[in-house]
Amino acid sequence: MSETRAVPVKAKAEYEGSKSIFGFWVYIMTDCVLFASLFATYAVLHNNTAGGPNAKELFNMPYVLAETLILLTSSFVCGLAILAAHNQQKRQVLWLFGLTFVLGLAFLGLEIHEFRNLYMEGNSWRRSGFLSAFFTLVGTHGLHITAGLIWMAVMMIRVSKSGLKLISLRRLTMLSLFWHFLDIIWIFIFTIVFLMGSLLR
Amino acid sequence: MSEHKTELEKEGAVRGTTASYVSGFILSLILTLSAYFVVRQNNDSTQPEFSYQSIITIILALALVQLFVQLLFFLHLDKESKPRWNLMVASFAVTVVLILVLGSLWIMHNLDYHHMESSPATDKAIIKDEGVHY
Repeated sequence: MSETRAVPVKAKAEYEGSKSIFGFWVYIMTDCVLFASLFATYAVLHNNTAGGPNAKELFNMPYVLAETLILLTSSFVCGLAILAAHNQQKRQVLWLFGLTFVLGLAFLGLEIHEFRNLYMEGNSWRRSGFLSAFFTLVGTHGLHITAGLIWMAVMMIRVSKSGLKLISLRRLTMLSLFWHFLDIIWIFIFTIVFLMGSLLR
Repeated sequence: MSEHKTELEKEGAVRGTTASYVSGFILSLILTLSAYFVVRQNNDSTQPEFSYQSIITIILALALVQLFVQLLFFLHLDKESKPRWNLMVASFAVTVVLILVLGSLWIMHNLDYHHMESSPATDKAIIKDEGVHY
């Protein structure tokens, strides 16, 4: 009775594939909205120091600049890695993503070190509204970086084992979108939280 | 070899070149460092060249330029084929982000204003601002 129209398997796979990168882009855009709400919270609360230290007294600008440049380089190397992936150069993909990973890990290490120092000095998220907003905004970015690093490690194992198949390429493409996006968010954290915070009136 | 590549391109994947990544990287470096040194120069000198407000404007503008540099050179938003769904979703996200951030700042600023500690001087200022006459 039911005349099922057989969809060719290959066409079906293509159809689903064509949506996955776009779908991931939509996810990234919603993540932008998440960060926007955290930026808005920070902007509203950044003067509420409750007698505690403000941004100018807390942050070491050369240190933050180093973090920024490391993450920017990581984003750039990730772009080169995805080019190599599109050209099926497996060894290059592995060492370029390896370098991206190491730079990302260095960034995360510096950030955790900074958070630890703040906490040990008694300037944790409980100190003031400003510090709560700061830790939430920068911490959420740090969690994204952590997730990106785990994803990258998994992808490197996959590529080294099964090569650069279409499905891996698709996932690497999404990973690179995610990584560039995190760098873009950091530009705004660097400008709004750190540069504006350190600016003398 | 390039079979997967064209496959991915059909799906709207990035089609960068080494040149685009290198120029994006160099431009981003220049923009980041100039924002950093504008602020540093201002903090170090006793006679700052720019006012507080204009430096805020300068570094925000540099950040926005860097956003566009990375959208074009790293994410290749300009090379998308029609219909440009990625760009449409991005424009929608930008709209929501602007409403969220500017709206929050506006409302909270207004709330601050109405919850100012009351002194005869502020009362007078509010009465003048609101156009209240006795």
